[in-house]
Amino acid sequence: MSRARGSTRAGTGAGLGLRAAALFGLLFLNLPLVFILLYALTTDDRSFTFPPPGLTLRWFVLAWSRADIWQALALSVEVALAGMGLALLLGTLASLAMFRFRFFGREAVTLLILLPIALPGIVTGISLRSAFDIAGISFSYWTIVLGHATFCIVVVYNNVIARLRRSSPALIEASMDLGADSFQTFRHVVLPNVATALLAGGMLAFALSFDEVIVTTFTAGQQETLPIWMLAQLLRPRDRPLTNVVAVFVIAVTLLPILGAYYLTRDTHDASGSGK
Amino acid sequence: MSALAADAPARGPLRRFSNFLYRRPKLTLALLLLPPMLWLGVVYLGSLAALLAQSMFSVDDFSGLTVYQPTLKTYGELFQPASLDIILRTVVMAASVTLGCAVIGFPLAYYMARFAGLRAKAVFYLAVMLPLWSNYLVRVYSWKLILAKEGVITWLFGLVGLDGLLDWILALPVVGGPSLSASYIGMWVVFMYIWLPYMILPVEAALERVPRSLIEASADLGAHPRQTFRNVILPLAVPGIAAGSIFTFSLTLGDYIIPNLIGNSRPFIGMVVYSYQGTAGNIPGAAAFTLVPILVMALYLAAAKRLGAFDAL
Repeated sequence: MSRARGSTRAGTGAGLGLRAAALFGLLFLNLPLVFILLYALTTDDRSFTFPPPGLTLRWFVLAWSRADIWQALALSVEVALAGMGLALLLGTLASLAMFRFRFFGREAVTLLILLPIALPGIVTGISLRSAFDIAGISFSYWTIVLGHATFCIVVVYNNVIARLRRSSPALIEASMDLGADSFQTFRHVVLPNVATALLAGGMLAFALSFDEVIVTTFTAGQQETLPIWMLAQLLRPRDRPLTNVVAVFVIAVTLLPILGAYYLTRDTHDASGSGK
Repeated sequence: MSALAADAPARGPLRRFSNFLYRRPKLTLALLLLPPMLWLGVVYLGSLAALLAQSMFSVDDFSGLTVYQPTLKTYGELFQPASLDIILRTVVMAASVTLGCAVIGFPLAYYMARFAGLRAKAVFYLAVMLPLWSNYLVRVYSWKLILAKEGVITWLFGLVGLDGLLDWILALPVVGGPSLSASYIGMWVVFMYIWLPYMILPVEAALERVPRSLIEASADLGAHPRQTFRNVILPLAVPGIAAGSIFTFSLTLGDYIIPNLIGNSRPFIGMVVYSYQGTAGNIPGAAAFTLVPILVMALYLAAAKRLGAFDAL
């Protein structure tokens, strides 16, 4: 009943039991990734021995010279950029429509935008795959992008609509009163207002797409994105030390956009409503 | 205002187009909404519907080819003991993961909402969001390192001289196994680790909304802090817990990568769907099995709604 004791001193501080439990939760969430870094440096290439017998940077050098890793990385970046672009376009259009208009079926549209992340990834993945099969579309770079854009739209949508709701409608009315048309108003008033939200949404969409593996396993043909390369390595380990290096790299690549998005929206908690 | 905009001299086609749209809000709405709705409504919902429709077909036992005739045969296969076994295993795992997430997540959310200062709260918030947004595969992989037989957990138990305890846990029937990464316990821990942020965020939000005056009133009326916690704070946090549990439950239900990488390779719903559509080429079977998590979630959502989960999302 540590929590109850915690509230005994409400206002002054938390009880020891509550502090310990909160600390445990925090460590449980964040400590595991430290091990990835540690194992990327280990000299042991056969097992997961802890503590590592020795430390080395050899695997980073080796990973640098691997063509398959570079190819997978390039594909991942291309897919994430294209998915981000599509999501930015579609998400912004949807948020503008939902912000400006009240119409019949509005709730249904919200649900539809949320659905791709509310349903398990496997459902999205397998339904897209069977639809491609039925339509006779062969799996390519574009089928991966299509799948990714579908679940990235919501991230952009959430960020932009949250910003629109907070911005003053008087600004838009003033612009129109001063004789600007809708396009000029969008260009000079709305866009500067939502720019950071767009940037944040785009970054999160990039991170989401760069990391995605479940939908990608269904919508990719022979192509390997970096997460797919990793999954193949996890299922049939061949280059264990290299997997560790790639894992470190993937963490670094996604950490930056996430921190950036947090920084851009830190006053507003925009990103808070945009959980994967 | 519309008069003003209409009176403005029509300079250039863009301006004329803008004025034209301004007088037709319905058309503007349609133009804005059409591209995203084409994408989500046609491409996404269409493929979802096509998949579910295929669950009414069946696969011929001899030729392995899909028979395009409406039948309930594929649904019938869901009720065979082997399938029920898989469904039960997945649902029990999802329920235990949800329970574990609530137990680990609640104190953290409670501390965040009630005791952390502004700066500390920002740090906590980032510490919860970063794992949520980091690579799923990498996060699962980190536990493969940690749970391995020669990994850090075994080392820690050895360090404090409790190897016997670890061996005893691993020797337990059903949940045990040759090593932690090949047991249900390991899988349970990894699932909790992966989905925990989804529990913490709504619980924290719900706790933050509990008015301080209510707690003070409870204390003024002579309630012991423990009573205040049980009778005031906890009931108000229930919608948050229910909202979080939707995610932890649903995500566990549909996952197929964690049961593939951690655990004793007994099948879960996600793995069955994956193998049906992949190696077996049995799309009707995969579609029928896809219905299971969707139906379970529909039931779960109905229950969560009664607990007020949707107001806490």
